[in-house]
Amino acid sequence: MADLLIELFSEEIPARMQPKAREDLKKLVTDGLVEAGLTYASAGAFSTPRRLALSVEGLTDASKAVKEERKGPRTDAPEKALEGFLRSTGLTKDQLEIRDEKKGQVYFAVLNRPGRPAAEIVVEVLEKTIRDFPWPKSMRWGSGSLRWVRPLHSILCILSDEAGAQVVPLDVDGIRSGDTTRGHRFMAPDAFSVTNFDDYAAKLRRAKVMLDAGEREAAIAQEAANLAFARGWEIVEDKGLLTEVAGLVEWPVPLMGAIGERFLALPPEVLQTSMKEHQKFFSARNPKTGRIEGYVTVANIEAPDDGALILAGNQRVLAARLSDGLFFWENDLREAKSGMTDWAEGLKSVTFHNKLGSQADRVARIAALAREIAPLVDADPAQAGEAARLAKLDLRSSMVGEFPELQGVMGRYYALAALKDREADERTAIADAARDHYSPLGPSDDVPTAPVSVAVALADKIDTLTRFWAIDEKPTGSKDPFALRRAALGVIRLLESNEHNIDLYAFLVKLIGQFLEEPRIGVFRDVIGGYAKIIEQEPGLAEQYSPLELLEQHRGELSAYNQQRYAEYIRNNPMSEISMDVVLDHMDGWHRNTIDELDRKARDLLSFLHDRLKVYLRDQGIRHDVIDAVLALPGNDDLVLVTRRATALNDMLGTEDGKNLTQGLKRAGNILAQAEEKDGVEYSFGADPKFAETDEERALFAALDAAEPGIRKATASEDFPAAMAAIAGLRAPIDAFFDTVQVNTDSQVTRRNRLNLLHRIREAGRQIADFTRIEG
Amino acid sequence: MTSPSSHDKPRCFQDVILRLQNHWAKSGCAILQPYDMEVGAGTFHPATTLRSLGPRPWAAAYVQPSRRPTDGRYGENPNRLQHYYQYQVIIKPSPPDLQELYLDSLRAIGLDPMAHDVRFVEDDWESPTLGAWGLGWEVWCDGMEVSQFTYFQQVAGYDCNPVSGELTYGLERLAMYVLGVEHVMDMPFNDPDSPIPLTYGDIFREAEREYSRWNFEIADAAMLFQHFRDAEAECERIVSAPPEDSAGRHILMAQPAYDQAIKASHLFNLLDARGVISVTERADYIRRVRALTRKCADLFMQTPLGQGVA
Repeated sequence: MADLLIELFSEEIPARMQPKAREDLKKLVTDGLVEAGLTYASAGAFSTPRRLALSVEGLTDASKAVKEERKGPRTDAPEKALEGFLRSTGLTKDQLEIRDEKKGQVYFAVLNRPGRPAAEIVVEVLEKTIRDFPWPKSMRWGSGSLRWVRPLHSILCILSDEAGAQVVPLDVDGIRSGDTTRGHRFMAPDAFSVTNFDDYAAKLRRAKVMLDAGEREAAIAQEAANLAFARGWEIVEDKGLLTEVAGLVEWPVPLMGAIGERFLALPPEVLQTSMKEHQKFFSARNPKTGRIEGYVTVANIEAPDDGALILAGNQRVLAARLSDGLFFWENDLREAKSGMTDWAEGLKSVTFHNKLGSQADRVARIAALAREIAPLVDADPAQAGEAARLAKLDLRSSMVGEFPELQGVMGRYYALAALKDREADERTAIADAARDHYSPLGPSDDVPTAPVSVAVALADKIDTLTRFWAIDEKPTGSKDPFALRRAALGVIRLLESNEHNIDLYAFLVKLIGQFLEEPRIGVFRDVIGGYAKIIEQEPGLAEQYSPLELLEQHRGELSAYNQQRYAEYIRNNPMSEISMDVVLDHMDGWHRNTIDELDRKARDLLSFLHDRLKVYLRDQGIRHDVIDAVLALPGNDDLVLVTRRATALNDMLGTEDGKNLTQGLKRAGNILAQAEEKDGVEYSFGADPKFAETDEERALFAALDAAEPGIRKATASEDFPAAMAAIAGLRAPIDAFFDTVQVNTDSQVTRRNRLNLLHRIREAGRQIADFTRIEG
Repeated sequence: MTSPSSHDKPRCFQDVILRLQNHWAKSGCAILQPYDMEVGAGTFHPATTLRSLGPRPWAAAYVQPSRRPTDGRYGENPNRLQHYYQYQVIIKPSPPDLQELYLDSLRAIGLDPMAHDVRFVEDDWESPTLGAWGLGWEVWCDGMEVSQFTYFQQVAGYDCNPVSGELTYGLERLAMYVLGVEHVMDMPFNDPDSPIPLTYGDIFREAEREYSRWNFEIADAAMLFQHFRDAEAECERIVSAPPEDSAGRHILMAQPAYDQAIKASHLFNLLDARGVISVTERADYIRRVRALTRKCADLFMQTPLGQGVA
């Protein structure tokens, strides 16, 4: 048994790459060792800005000898086959054995692979690891061809046991392995040799290098907290920053400073973002004032003046940065107070997308849509419209120009300034919407709940989705440049968390229609607008009729319109010989194509939303077949309804009762479907207890009579758990029915009656889902 | 004027420059003079762009006056200038102790890494107009970026082989830090004890005002567009000239062609400052300059300088 210690010493490794590099080093080396036949007890990887290290403990001294027999071609096989076999085994013909087998004489290779010493394997594995290391970006340097993240200077590689340490000799493009390393770049630059991992870690510590990134993080967090505590402050937690800073220093020395008084007027988000992004400072909050008043910077050196010079330098840089910030903030506030008209004007010259117009166009659309959505989400339409108009103006502010990540946050401040004379509630509702309308940004991000925020957030996302669908710009594979998946998930989570039922199909038709009709004229506009109106007034129609059928039904109105247009045309072109019929025919064709396109796009977007909903529900533990079964029902464009049904059904399937009931409902559905398929009719009404022949049949009638009102009532109020409970009451009679009753009997009357009875079961189930789609 | 030494502090802007010159001269670099054309950064000097191509070893250091018209602030901003100085070092192949040489240069100008916090923070460099990129760091001193440190990987589309190490110091900012000056115009340019002490402002304030006005408001856009097209055409013409001159000498003119590419690049910067290039056009102009640089590099690679050592 021996312990292996590896250190790859280089110029500064980017902080963001270190965590993965540690894992990669550990995996590549240990996998390689194991694959070559060694075993080990444990392994740990470490990184500092200048080194990647790996300690493998309890490594076996050598791989085991292996005897392997391989069967080759028959002795009478063509020469080529034998040649191939010799090549693959690395043997010569006289080293092969010939054995008698049933089908004749066959060559056999007996390979005795001797065990190999660990050092020999380590050399191979480490060299391959270095050459194939998966850095996100790597480089060459000097005259060499070796690639590493930054120039690689030395390799430490030793195997140690009780007897002592031995260098594993390795030469990678002229870099020879040894047993030495160096300490801190400035405080302990000299080389020293080590004998094992403990010795290595201890000597590094003496040479002002803390090897373990976790320890550096803890040391920074602890010392920063102490420094803050001494001033009565607290550090604003930032795990990402902590990890990054720990990757920038070998010997962390936190230093605390105060933010100049004149900068404290800046919003805390600005202070925090500027300090973090530009200087990697931690923010310190004064709990008494609630303001960010100080910072902690982490130096990499113990300076003779306890860091006074370093702190003074950092303070200077911070002051310069924050002066810029203050300048931006004051200018922006002036513009905000004067109503942000320049910014609104400026949005006109910012292209949102070359097919979708400017940001100003987009804002106008979102504002109109937000007003329309407002009543559906209990928001005030005027406030929603105004919030939408203000929400994106901060994109033109200097502060957001400097810190794009502050979009929204600044929007809230500027909206507050712009609405200074308004009543407090209204002002807050509108300003909060400006901040929150981008939310939620991900699956775990907070979802806005304030009605005005919800209206604008929904409008923002639905506008984006419908416009990109209208121009056929959809996500493909890993490419989603306009973050449409995120927008879709946002819509789902906004509706879900706030429990808003909205029939999306009608909405999508209307919005995509608005885009499609823009470049068109006259009848096209009317036909699109007409279709959208029909759907909007009665959303259920879209599930019963195709778009063309609907148009057909409303043909009278369109036809009258078309005749009017024809009359106009003839008046303007008196010599034209074109007949009325020809014109009307043409118009019909155009209508068809237009409506088809509209319907196709709306449905495609709806199914995209369904896909995102499936992913979302699956993450919450809901089975995919349950979601499919619910989506197969009408009303699936109401995502909240879908979720409620799916959740109730999923919960029920977890119970024994639920599983059995599902079997019964499935069976009913399947028998019925087969019969309907065979007979070419739908069995949908008229089951009559007077044709019932058995007690079980009569019992089922009675049970359905008793349960149906409860199911209907629960469904109407969307109390699906109650509906499920009511359906669950049918389990025993359904089971008994199927146990004793033969549906497909010779008597046609009885058979029809039973099928119609099954229909009542199917209908009861279909209040929740299409049970035939439930698996198992 | 005190003589530059590595331990006492510089007292003026030119002392910082002289100490850097001295340090890199001692480290074996040829101390070149600025290129005599308007450029946006020291990298454009043919001593960097062209000499980083091909296999021949190279070591040079120089001050390069650089112009960035859009950064003009009429001499009022404490840090921003439309004309400023860069100190540029280029060594091919990059020596293994380049970081140490660099740190010694900081020591030479009075920044002792034992008393300051010097850090190498990831920053990858890319120049779309030169078709060049490299990996390296920005060097921080007490939280301030004082230099750019890059290992060139590609220039004008060519893989660098061997790799050049490039260092760029923003001289004004660095010197202001070393000298403890808050506004660039207040920085002593020569020794403050000289018979005639001059500040940076004495020398450049008026020029900053004048160029800012010209860059932003007066420059004749139509003329600049024409000059851009002229430079582009001349570059193409030079590149496609026959390789033999009238006396039958084989002379490829990579450097004169590259001058035209530099010119086009600067004209583009002027047009940009003038606000007459739209966002979509911008990308196209950058592409056109890159195409010129690429052609110059193609030609350079066929000259004796671009070939192996004879």
